[in-house]
Amino acid sequence: MSDIVLKTENLTKHYGGVHALQEANFELRKGEHVAIMGDNGAGKSTFVRQITGVEQRTDGKIWFDGKEVNFAGPIEAREAGIETVFQNLALADDLDVPSNLFLGREKVLFNLGPFSILDRKAMRKATEAALVRTAVKIPNLSSTIRHMSGGQRQCVAIARTATFASKLIIMDEPTAALGVQETAQVENIIRTLKENGEPLILVSHNMRQVFDLVDRIVVFRRGRIVANLRKQDTDGNDIVAYITGAKTGQAELQAA
Amino acid sequence: MRPTEEEDVSQTSHGIGGLSYDAKKRPWPAEFNVFLALVILVAAFELVGRVFLGDSFLFNTRENVSGLFNEQRLQIIILQVSIVGIIAIGVTQVIICGGIDLSSGSIVGATAMIAMSFAQVATVNGNPNPKAMFIDYGWTDLPVIVPLLVAIGCGLVAGLINGLLIAYTRIPPFIATLGMMVTARGIAKWWSKGQPISFPTDSFAAIGRGLMPVVIFISLALLFQLILTYTKYGKHCYAIGSNEDAARMSGIKIANHKVLVYAIAGILASIAAVVLSSKNLTAQAGMGVMYELDAIAMAVIGGVSLSGGRGSIIGTVIGSLIFGVIISGFTFLRLDAYYQEMVKGVIIVGAVVLDQWRQRRRAIGA
Ligand SMILES: Nc1ncnc2c1ncn2[C@@H]1O[C@H](COP(=O)(O)OP(=O)(O)O)[C@@H](O)[C@H]1O
Ligand SMILES: [Mg+2]
Repeated sequence: MSDIVLKTENLTKHYGGVHALQEANFELRKGEHVAIMGDNGAGKSTFVRQITGVEQRTDGKIWFDGKEVNFAGPIEAREAGIETVFQNLALADDLDVPSNLFLGREKVLFNLGPFSILDRKAMRKATEAALVRTAVKIPNLSSTIRHMSGGQRQCVAIARTATFASKLIIMDEPTAALGVQETAQVENIIRTLKENGEPLILVSHNMRQVFDLVDRIVVFRRGRIVANLRKQDTDGNDIVAYITGAKTGQAELQAA
Repeated sequence: MRPTEEEDVSQTSHGIGGLSYDAKKRPWPAEFNVFLALVILVAAFELVGRVFLGDSFLFNTRENVSGLFNEQRLQIIILQVSIVGIIAIGVTQVIICGGIDLSSGSIVGATAMIAMSFAQVATVNGNPNPKAMFIDYGWTDLPVIVPLLVAIGCGLVAGLINGLLIAYTRIPPFIATLGMMVTARGIAKWWSKGQPISFPTDSFAAIGRGLMPVVIFISLALLFQLILTYTKYGKHCYAIGSNEDAARMSGIKIANHKVLVYAIAGILASIAAVVLSSKNLTAQAGMGVMYELDAIAMAVIGGVSLSGGRGSIIGTVIGSLIFGVIISGFTFLRLDAYYQEMVKGVIIVGAVVLDQWRQRRRAIGA
């Protein structure tokens, strides 16, 4: 149990009559990178939103870092050590890179309540360090996000997760909207995280990427986890079969 | 893709894959464009003046007065915008935060009436002050701090109500502050049943005397420029105006922040009320009518985006100067006051159109 970072038991989310997530049992161990795959609408983002406290689950239990948790909101989850790159990024276009990285948790020079003086130098330094750690290259830190390409914005969102000591990083389709080179850059960041032993949940549609990067693949279909396979025990065709429902996988899950 | 190639990508010095980013293409500060507009405008009035009137707009042409510039005109320009300018500072931070405040002109009216009634003298030319509201209670010749605190209290309460309505009932800022606009104007009229309130103490009258309004305007502008740039409060204003959902997800307490933003806007409007009523030595229920629109116009002309997230106090200060130059330019050209009003309307709409256009261009470019 001690090396389990995250565990869910019968995690369930219904939106009225829509059973978006059904009895999901999931485990993630220290240093492990796990991919979540599945068709559009399979419940992947729903799963992420329940873990990160963005929504309140219908049923089930979540353990994180050895304790059972009930996050009231995304901020609590973040304070507990879960950093998330959401599908919609959640960046402020008119702020520069350091301001986005430290949004809501600014470093402060003098504490004067809401009028606290910002420690801009320290935030800039920490930003540079985070960019080095994640191997993200952004030419001008004081430029606003608005003027950046999709890939650069994605990298800023990812660098944000690396700025703070986190125990788990979740990325929901981080490369879905990116070109080839930008995707490669994001994948580099994920490799760097792996080398640093930081556990990761990666939601992705990209088969090549998943087989390149992660240790284990979990497949969602119609709100249920239908496969949980180590990379070396499976291949692309196998995964596609689970995603499309050609293979149901209940037997394998029971045996595992 | 092989690891070696990926190494190469991460090694590029010009961002990820070197895509669609050029440091040289970075737009210069918006304030610079606004300043340029100011210079062009002054030059235009100068040219028209020289050609058609044989007189200079900017420079001193009178023999009996020394100095290079027409100092009198320059003083009038800045003096006439400084009171609305104080309001515009508050309005600027509201707009940056993604809101709007239509109530500031009426807050000026109500605050001027209420504060002035605590700033009156007991006797005028040896006779009891005929206009003193509280003479029966003996509340005359009070120290200047009393009307000042009363004024700030008025602005604070009005601003708090605005902020609480907007933050907690989710009424659009436009509607909430429109309600305050009507209500506060009503209070201004009700306070003395429409009678003007006059004869302030000398210490109250000193607040708006001479160039004091300019000094107060510039000091407050500086203070708020620093606050918006160097404090958490300022950063959160831009963040909320830029992407409220992102700000919420980042843990910023949106509701608290909005209450504070509108409260500060209310206080600034009340300071403007003190300066205005002190300068005029009287308070009237109709004071500050349309000031909210002038203030919004100054901000928008100064590059503050009505969709939030962009702009600065410096921009608004330059915007207010443009405003002042236009008005005194029209006087200089001896054009009717009616034209001033019309042109003011055109400028306001023009500035908003320009802002929309800038944004569309940005959206396409992104
Ligand atoms: N807020 C919501 N209200 C109602 N239905 C929702 C909501 N969010 C997601 N769903 C539904 O839940 C299912 C799973 O969605 P989602 O988790 O976003 O899928 P994906 O695997 O593509 O990320 C879909 O059928 C979707 O329509
Ligand atoms: Mg999704």
